[in-house]
Amino acid sequence: MGEREEVKLLGTWYSPVVARAKIALRLKSVDYDYFEEDLFGSKSELLLKSNPVHKKVPVLIHNNKPILESLNIVEYIDETWNASGPSILPSHPHDRSQARFWSAFVDDKWFPTLIATTITKSENAKAKGMEEVGEWLLLLEDAFISISKGERFFGGEVIGFMDICLGSFLVILKAREKLKGENILDKSKTPSLCKWANEFLADDTVKNVVPEIDRVVKFMREFEAETQTRA
Amino acid sequence: MAEEVILLNFWPSMFGMRTMIALKEKKVKYEHREEDLINNKSALLLEMNPIYKKIPVLIHNGKPVCESVIQVQYIDEIWSDKNPLLPKDPYQRAQALFWADFIDKKLYVCGRKTWATKGEELEEAKKEFIDILKTLQSELGDKPYFGGNSFGFLDIVLIGFYSWFPAYQKFGNFSIEPESSILMDWGKRCMERESVATSLPDPERIGGFILQLKKLYGIE
Repeated sequence: MGEREEVKLLGTWYSPVVARAKIALRLKSVDYDYFEEDLFGSKSELLLKSNPVHKKVPVLIHNNKPILESLNIVEYIDETWNASGPSILPSHPHDRSQARFWSAFVDDKWFPTLIATTITKSENAKAKGMEEVGEWLLLLEDAFISISKGERFFGGEVIGFMDICLGSFLVILKAREKLKGENILDKSKTPSLCKWANEFLADDTVKNVVPEIDRVVKFMREFEAETQTRA
Repeated sequence: MAEEVILLNFWPSMFGMRTMIALKEKKVKYEHREEDLINNKSALLLEMNPIYKKIPVLIHNGKPVCESVIQVQYIDEIWSDKNPLLPKDPYQRAQALFWADFIDKKLYVCGRKTWATKGEELEEAKKEFIDILKTLQSELGDKPYFGGNSFGFLDIVLIGFYSWFPAYQKFGNFSIEPESSILMDWGKRCMERESVATSLPDPERIGGFILQLKKLYGIE
């Protein structure tokens, strides 16, 4: 395969799911062209053409073929550039099913509940949501201890699929903690996850790829102010 | 090595049908255990799927695998020597997974509305339902199966809904036939496979089940 690969990534700087694709590409040392989309203004022709069904980011375009949905993109990167870097998914089918299960849990339950608590105007709903987020972090703490087997990451010595999935939300989580003065990832309740979070954010494949916490805090503050003036 | 494969299932579930079909396509011997989800979930189900407490649950040599799409991938990877279900090519695999997610997020939710809602909400749901079927039909194109010439992953993900289509139409009081004849032909073609014919329930039974659900949830 000597032909020149053309890899493009359509995304936004603040999107945690776009960060997943960037981390995976970094792990495999893949060169790519990045295109920043203006989702609040006008979506590009390329985005609308590549993702006509959902019109969302990230979109990975490899030799003109679009791949959609962040976790699909990570698996695709893992398989396509399998010789270029560490394996992102575990090798044993049962471990792979666990990684996929927990990732789906994070995407379908944990993160949407966390986001809902920022949007809801009901204090009751917010409290209930935060309680669930906390309970589920305890589950993730157990999962981490069991899966990591004493290593730094879910993936072992090196960042893997589950690290990328949950880790990509850490900046938003920490930005939220800073903005609201909350303590969501609590060292007294989930000490292993807290340690993992620091390891993840300090890792070479992550630190220059995810946005800075303060930049996200500013973005959240502006976004909140704007949605309140519109409401 | 003696393999122990147990499937915790509930007969109307279009998700459970996926796992059953995948196991049958791979000719895996398994023990089928029917759960009574309405009255009494078994201790085994609660132990093996403590987070969602849902079926299907695949238990392989004592270890649980939850979520039907993840189960089909698992089955394909463990019993990889025969009848591959997912495409080998990473791009085609990514496509198949994208459409599986589309089916779960859009078709399932919309289908439910055809029997669980009324008035304006029902009318919107009926329109959306037909649009979703047209989108899937256009993805199928003129191929015999979603994967091409062979029955595979995406066919397995969608086919369970085929047993629910008559009920959706009956309760929603609409017809999907004229707009989705190609998809209906695909459904009939899949039903010719033993794995599918022995895994899908009689659509009449689904109708009866929906009546039971409506009573349970107090939906008129």
